[in-house]
Amino acid sequence: MLGFAGRRLPYLVPVLIAVTLLTFLIAALLPGDLAVALLADQATPEKVAALRHEMGLDAPLVLQYLHWVGGVVEGDFGRSFRTGEPALSAIIQRLPVTVELMLFAELIALVIGVPLGILCAVRSGGAFDRLMTSTAFGMLSVPAFMSAIVLIFVFAVRLKLLPATGYVPLDEDIVGNLRSFVLPAATLGLGEWPVLMRVLRSDMIATLQEDYIAMARAKGLKPWRILLVHALKPSSLTLVTVTGINIGRLIGGAVLVETIFALPGIGRLLIGAIYTRDFVILQGVVLFVATAFVLINFVVDMLYGVLDPRIRHGRA
Amino acid sequence: MAALDVEVEQAATTPARRGRLVFWLAVAWIAIVASAAIAADWLPLTSPSEMDLLARRAGPGADHWLGTDALGRDILSRLVFGARISLTIGLIAPMLGLVIGAGMGMLAGYFRGWLETLVVGSIDVLLAFPPLVLALAITTYLGQSVLNITITLGILSIPALTRVARAATMTFAERDFVTAARALGAGHGRILMRELLPNIALPLIAFFLLAVAVIIVVEGALSFLGLGVPPPTPSWGGMIAEGRDSLDTAPSIAFLPAGTMFLTVLAFNMVGDRLRALTDPRPGAL
Repeated sequence: MLGFAGRRLPYLVPVLIAVTLLTFLIAALLPGDLAVALLADQATPEKVAALRHEMGLDAPLVLQYLHWVGGVVEGDFGRSFRTGEPALSAIIQRLPVTVELMLFAELIALVIGVPLGILCAVRSGGAFDRLMTSTAFGMLSVPAFMSAIVLIFVFAVRLKLLPATGYVPLDEDIVGNLRSFVLPAATLGLGEWPVLMRVLRSDMIATLQEDYIAMARAKGLKPWRILLVHALKPSSLTLVTVTGINIGRLIGGAVLVETIFALPGIGRLLIGAIYTRDFVILQGVVLFVATAFVLINFVVDMLYGVLDPRIRHGRA
Repeated sequence: MAALDVEVEQAATTPARRGRLVFWLAVAWIAIVASAAIAADWLPLTSPSEMDLLARRAGPGADHWLGTDALGRDILSRLVFGARISLTIGLIAPMLGLVIGAGMGMLAGYFRGWLETLVVGSIDVLLAFPPLVLALAITTYLGQSVLNITITLGILSIPALTRVARAATMTFAERDFVTAARALGAGHGRILMRELLPNIALPLIAFFLLAVAVIIVVEGALSFLGLGVPPPTPSWGGMIAEGRDSLDTAPSIAFLPAGTMFLTVLAFNMVGDRLRALTDPRPGAL
């Protein structure tokens, strides 16, 4: 297993370097001078030149990059021009909210998606399967901001059961905290379960045609035992990968959902940075999110190897 | 009534025929939205930015067929003009991705070697950024305009289309007809354009349509956040965001653009999925 991780590691480094390079280049190469943007209507050529020098923007691009990456490696993502807050600590401070949101959402998606996937696979082609497959297909066309509006309308405006916006810190009030997460997490989860259901369903249909399942049936094992014990684990490989890959989508969704429901997570930090043109925070969040995404996918790759030994021995 | 009878009759028949009906309904919806968007200037609509302050949040009526929003602007007119933005960006951005992605994917799948490593590597880097986050970052620097948003979303659609093109090219590159063409003295350019391109066109078009659906959603998300096409130009995402404040009094202000957008995205997904299924013989495959 360690050897497998070691073999994969060399792929990780160039991707991470390229991610920092691209994050840097987006900021450095695109039109729009940071100094001019910061000075806004006070921008005179002298002031711009002075500020550019102060921020190191007049150095050659390569040096700027190396300087910036050097800081990043040491955990220095720069400081917000507006508040002076270090970007990394701003991110880490808001990370728990985003992580809680994503875990909650993934949980909702799994709770809906996995049973439905199994049920559809058991009678594939039946009425229930056709209904759920179409529903899942339809749900995939519903963007997060749309389901958010519907959920707010039903549960906050009409039924008045849950708060439409607002956030209660976990250490203040656990119930209040969970309540403030229900609608945001449900919004994200509603977009996720169809993906999980479709993946599990199609893998499960394939697994249920294997000989050893017929053998288990012939031995008279209980149907639910066959499904949950014999068929689920080998069918969950793609599910694990897709869960990992979808974290990227989930982060994009979290940006929207945190903004809609006013949750103080990384996504809201990003949007706030964009509104206030706080480029250091923006760059920091983009780099952080992309790096996290690459690392998570690396871990998922590893997990894939744990679930299916053929992969780590290079025979799949 | 005759039309209704026909519909009921068809719905009761086999799943395959029902699938075909749904497919054509989806095509029809796309056609309606597209022609409304193209003909918007000639349609008898009030201006999308004209405010009827005496009729704010009005329900459907003779003056405003679908009612008005919180500023008294005609919702139908805003939907039609919003379709222009959604479809312009939704179609042109993936086209940009299609041209670049198909080009890179075909070259990578045909020549293999270092070129393939380079292409696959660059795609992996681009895929390391969550699409919405990357779109937000780029548009922040470029500025919000239809052109800039189209370019940004076009870049975002490159990786997926490159992958499809590369995978499809690889399945055909070793086939006998390519070997035969080569034996007849065809150069690389001719093989790529005359032998391979026609064969991978269908999967590419299918994924292009799926990409259109995704891009319409991402554009909607940008507009919803107020970071898409700047107002007063109407856009579906922006309309949904504005309607949010009136959810308690006039929910239709948010639900009408949401419904329109949903149907449009669903229609592109359905048509794309149908075409993709044609090229992928596995039943029920993803």
